[in-house]
Amino acid sequence: MSKHSPADQAPIPTAPVPPAHWAASYEEEPSQASTPPQANGMTALKPFGWAKDNLFNTPLNTALTVACLVLLWLVVPPMANWLLLNASWSGSSEACREAAGACWSVIVVKHRLIFFGTYPYDEQWRPFLACALFVAMLGASGVRAFWRPWLAGAWALTLVGMGVLMWGGVAGLTYVPNDRWGGLPITLMLSVFSIALAFPLSILLALGRQSSLPAIRTFCVGFIEAMRGVPLVSVLFMASVMFPLFLPEGVTVDKLLRALAGMTLFTAAYLAEAVRGGLQAIPKGQYEAADALGLGYWQKTMLIVLPQALRIVIPPIVNQFISAFKDTSLVTIVGLYDLLTAATVATTDPEWRPYFAEVYVFAGLMFWIFCFSMSRYSQWLERLANRYTRR
Amino acid sequence: MTNPVQALNSARVRGWLYQALFLACTLAVAWYLVSNTLTNLATRGVATGFGFLQREAGFEIGESLLPYSASDTYLTALVVGLLNTLAVSAAGVVLATVLGVLIGIGRLSSNWMVNRFATLYVETVRNVPLLLQLVVWYTILNRLPSPREALEVLPGIFLSNRGMKFPVLVEHAGHGWILLALLAGIAAAIAAVRYGRRHREATGKPFPTLPAVIAALLLPPAAAFITTGAPLAFDVPVLAGFNFEGGGAVTPEFTALLIGLSVYTAGFIAEIVRSGILAVPHGQTEAGLALGLSPGKILRLVILPQALRVIVPPLTSQYLNLTKNSSLAVAIGYPDLVSVSNTSANQTGQVVEAVAMMMVVYLIISLAISGFMNWYNRRVALVTR
Repeated sequence: MSKHSPADQAPIPTAPVPPAHWAASYEEEPSQASTPPQANGMTALKPFGWAKDNLFNTPLNTALTVACLVLLWLVVPPMANWLLLNASWSGSSEACREAAGACWSVIVVKHRLIFFGTYPYDEQWRPFLACALFVAMLGASGVRAFWRPWLAGAWALTLVGMGVLMWGGVAGLTYVPNDRWGGLPITLMLSVFSIALAFPLSILLALGRQSSLPAIRTFCVGFIEAMRGVPLVSVLFMASVMFPLFLPEGVTVDKLLRALAGMTLFTAAYLAEAVRGGLQAIPKGQYEAADALGLGYWQKTMLIVLPQALRIVIPPIVNQFISAFKDTSLVTIVGLYDLLTAATVATTDPEWRPYFAEVYVFAGLMFWIFCFSMSRYSQWLERLANRYTRR
Repeated sequence: MTNPVQALNSARVRGWLYQALFLACTLAVAWYLVSNTLTNLATRGVATGFGFLQREAGFEIGESLLPYSASDTYLTALVVGLLNTLAVSAAGVVLATVLGVLIGIGRLSSNWMVNRFATLYVETVRNVPLLLQLVVWYTILNRLPSPREALEVLPGIFLSNRGMKFPVLVEHAGHGWILLALLAGIAAAIAAVRYGRRHREATGKPFPTLPAVIAALLLPPAAAFITTGAPLAFDVPVLAGFNFEGGGAVTPEFTALLIGLSVYTAGFIAEIVRSGILAVPHGQTEAGLALGLSPGKILRLVILPQALRVIVPPLTSQYLNLTKNSSLAVAIGYPDLVSVSNTSANQTGQVVEAVAMMMVVYLIISLAISGFMNWYNRRVALVTR
């Protein structure tokens, strides 16, 4: 932004006008600019003025508007007919074959399968309650006033509660092994756990990457770049087929846990780069001040550097969480039963096979609601963070 | 002389100590894992090593850029998979860039409707998992009518559940000459651009670079086309029995993967293009206007060079993402590197080797792409003193 120093506003020596007059004419300028009557302010008052300004102001824009209108005309009526007007909302698959539109009854029939997979049907209130608890905690974590130490305790309690609900085996709940889990709980748990576990790991990796010790730095750089250079699918394959080989004979690790380990390592590499961004954004003076106070490395890191760096890193962490949430859908490739797998299984029922589009629209909508609200939240956080830095 | 206790107070000595400790721990963990793996492999009776690459693969691959049959080796199969990955990624990068730039500009349009459409596209595509989008595209393509009732989208181009069929040029001796003429034209165009710049820098007078380039690119191939007798015969696909004969074809798997990857990545590229253009202060446009430049020249000489500096680094990571995301092909049955490696690993039990090779190959591809984009970024970067 250009600043007008006094020297800029001082009259040029050769100019015949005295300083006071110069200043006056300088101030007049904005009002002169707004006087022409054909400025935008006027057309907006006329009928269709807004449309004229925003849709038909140049020949190109007029052509684009007409093209958009044609597109709308071609897309919206058939879509509305299919989605709503001709759709069949309940009843059997025969009723759907009669109707010309979408068959939402498939959702009515299959929604339990899509949400909870192969979890025992009569016990499905448990994953429902667990998911509700989870989403409520997620929402509460978004409120800045709740960013206090007790939130971590609340999360720990929630996770214990979820474990009890999902596994059961205590308090009169029947035991459900986790290979029966499926659908939304798997998607939610994998994404939240992989972020939560990856976060401390990513801080260590980012600090290691900035370290002055060559062995540690090389290791961290190598790990981060290797993980960022390969696709998640290959990491998940590694986790699902190679982890069992890594362990001593007789020790087996659950499929869900293996996928979680793979996702955690992968997410940690990406998060580490976000944390590094935060570390690099801290002025060098802060490090020097800490050194001048005689603080050791860990004191400096924990008391001076990280509290400032992590504040900057919150929006990228939320973005990473959105990616992790979308990426959990890949666990279907290594045979886990997440929301997408459950939706695909729902489309394979011969009776409802023709109505795959409805199932995928529904599953897509679920993902979209979560991701869109989180991305809006991250934008809000970013605006909040930039509130004082914007000029 | 310092005694050992005093030496521990030196940051340098402690640094070495920490590193030695760290290395020892890392090596111990690595040794533990490797020895476990070797024991496990031995008990399962799996021989380690890359000898399996020379053995007969014994499985067919749906589509291949090389001649391949089930009697070829695993190595050939993996190369076929790698080429399939590269083919779909290269096509995807081009398509996603074109689509993404158009939508990114649409997001900045002053036209309210174009703006809303572009926003709707970006917000939808970015917030639904790619895998779901791929599955949807694949299901749609698979449930198209059979070849007998194929949809003729454009004359000669047929869409059916066997993929897309399109006409191809019948080979003719003249095509080589036309290609040669085009290459000569490209060389002439580059020379014209260089000469134009030198001419302008030396004399200050403008040189009609654009007409010269267009002439250099169009005239030699056109001349070759006419002198070789205008060879323009097409091999159009024709329905024969249950399937088409003649013409070129792409499978539904490739089409679904290409559409899915391009549509998804374009949403991200659009946002990068938009923020890159917004990052150029409006004062730059005003300065260009004050210098008397035309709007086209302002875009070409003032806005784009500055916007590109902001755009190129994140664009690189999107290209990398697209290439890595092409590994999702395994979910819809396109025989890419991951899918072929997976099949090989399942057949031979050489899991460790297969996964390691897959990861190394992806790492090499990633390094190559980021190396190229870094080179390009250095070219467009601001030259400071």
